[in-house]
Amino acid sequence: MGRIPQTITQKILSAHAGKEFVEPGELISARVDVLLANDITAPLAIREFERIGVQIFDPAAVVIVPDHFTPNKDIKSAEQAKAVRDFARRHDLPNYFEVGRMGIEHCLLPEQGLVVPGDVIIGADSHTCTYGALGAFATGVGSTDLAAAMALGETWFKVPESLKFVFDGQPGPWVGGKDLILYAIGQIGVEGALYCAMEFTGPVIENLSMDGRFTICNMAVEAGAKNGIIAPDEKTVTYVQGRGRRPHRLFRSDPDAVYKKVYQYDVTGLEPCVAFPHSPDKVRPVSKAGDVKIDQVVIGSCTNGRLEDLRLAAKVLSGKQVHKDVRLIIIPGTQEIYRQAVKEGLIETFVRAGAAVSTPTCGPCLGGHMGVLAKGERAVATTNRNFVGRMGHPESEVYLTNPAVAAASAVAGWIVSPEEVR
Amino acid sequence: MLEGTVFKFGDNIDTDLIIPARYLNTCDPAELARHCMEDADPTFAGRVKPGDIIVAGANFGCGSSREHAPVAIKAAGVACVVAKSFARIFYRNAFNVGLPILECAEIWGVAAGSRLQVDLANGRIKVVDGGQEYQARPVPPFMQEIIAAGGLIPYVKARLAGGR
Ligand code: SF4
Repeated sequence: MGRIPQTITQKILSAHAGKEFVEPGELISARVDVLLANDITAPLAIREFERIGVQIFDPAAVVIVPDHFTPNKDIKSAEQAKAVRDFARRHDLPNYFEVGRMGIEHCLLPEQGLVVPGDVIIGADSHTCTYGALGAFATGVGSTDLAAAMALGETWFKVPESLKFVFDGQPGPWVGGKDLILYAIGQIGVEGALYCAMEFTGPVIENLSMDGRFTICNMAVEAGAKNGIIAPDEKTVTYVQGRGRRPHRLFRSDPDAVYKKVYQYDVTGLEPCVAFPHSPDKVRPVSKAGDVKIDQVVIGSCTNGRLEDLRLAAKVLSGKQVHKDVRLIIIPGTQEIYRQAVKEGLIETFVRAGAAVSTPTCGPCLGGHMGVLAKGERAVATTNRNFVGRMGHPESEVYLTNPAVAAASAVAGWIVSPEEVR
Repeated sequence: MLEGTVFKFGDNIDTDLIIPARYLNTCDPAELARHCMEDADPTFAGRVKPGDIIVAGANFGCGSSREHAPVAIKAAGVACVVAKSFARIFYRNAFNVGLPILECAEIWGVAAGSRLQVDLANGRIKVVDGGQEYQARPVPPFMQEIIAAGGLIPYVKARLAGGR
């Protein structure tokens, strides 16, 4: 029998299921390399794990990052964070990250080399799909799934069908990973990739930096996908060299692999995109945003809180002032990104412009703290979700953009292209 | 056989609507239940009765992975959610926490406030007054095993005890 062609997603899952080949739709049990939880999902996972009453299969494989409501926003959050911290101490978890040394989980894990190409990663957080940018299979699960996997070292998956997205052409100025993924979600809708793998390819993806690739895979879940994935190349290998804590394996889709559907996008001349309330698929080019007056701008999150994002924001904000009616909140994704931003003078630019700069936290992204919206307020955010009430009051609004548009809008007071504040 | 009154919700009901993040500083089911569906229908938690049924459109439970969402629905007394389709993390979570869910593409025809009978074993759904019947998609055998074991944790315990 000849070789059966497989996608990169199938190949990684095959390798972790101890098989030569896995078929879309097949239920498999797969070994997991990394298991992730945060201060919101870990308490439930811990409760369920303790009901099983066994040891963690490999304490080094469990990563816990208290990033959502930390630094603790109220007493209840403090109690939850404490329960998680106690658990980490009790089980001697080497990969528990404390306030002041942590970051937003999906910025932190790749940066710390905890996730590498070829891995299978599950996280009790839907944006775990971010790590697909490394050529890994990464997907979100619930707390109970995580608890079971902490005991077993494996979990079950239904092998997803793959959708292939080929990005070709010469996008316009200020267009980055965020715009490419918003464009794709705008085309296929928030359930366009339900249960599927989204595989991103083409010259535009190859030209993207690792930061841009993380942004794209981060939002695969916003189209309903199980995972987002990009084949590893020299950029990927350079990125993991010197930081990867475990050996990596490079997988690629076979040229004759089978896809459920192939989307071919010529993004020549694509403008920065804006996702309007209350859904990430309500996408318009920034020039068609109309007059949207805003109260707040948030630059940060696991989507766009990386160094390249901060550099872009600083480029737009340099020598400018935040509009008098706008609060600009900037949140570096990790301590390391923060330190580098200090070193490069980006933080100086932000503070001079009149922005509030915070320690790494999810904070306002999920309406937790550090910038919750009042009734009727509007925000531009570089985050990934603009659902009803996501950033605060159910009658507030969130518009999703890239960091350059967000910074420009903070200066103008309404949603504008960076070209308009130059 | 379950029987309950239908509460109807649309497409793409995300987990922020099911249980807003502002209440995630606890994982106490009773407290989560008090805010269940709050941003979709603030009156829901006050009106829902034990045994009632949620009927929804496509992609129910999309967004965040928070298991607090099926926990809140279950603790609010909802006996079953029938939707055109579910987001995948919510689908796993519902089975894992023991909230019965059924996928049925035609269910959208059912009116809010009507009484439904649901047979979880075979996926038959019947409108009490009117008699229309619907057939939900069969639950995969593996998920049935989890349900039969009483949820994922008892399933894992049994598996570990069996040395498999
Ligand atoms: S930054 Fe936002 S989307 Fe990302 S993990 Fe935190 S809350 Fe979730």
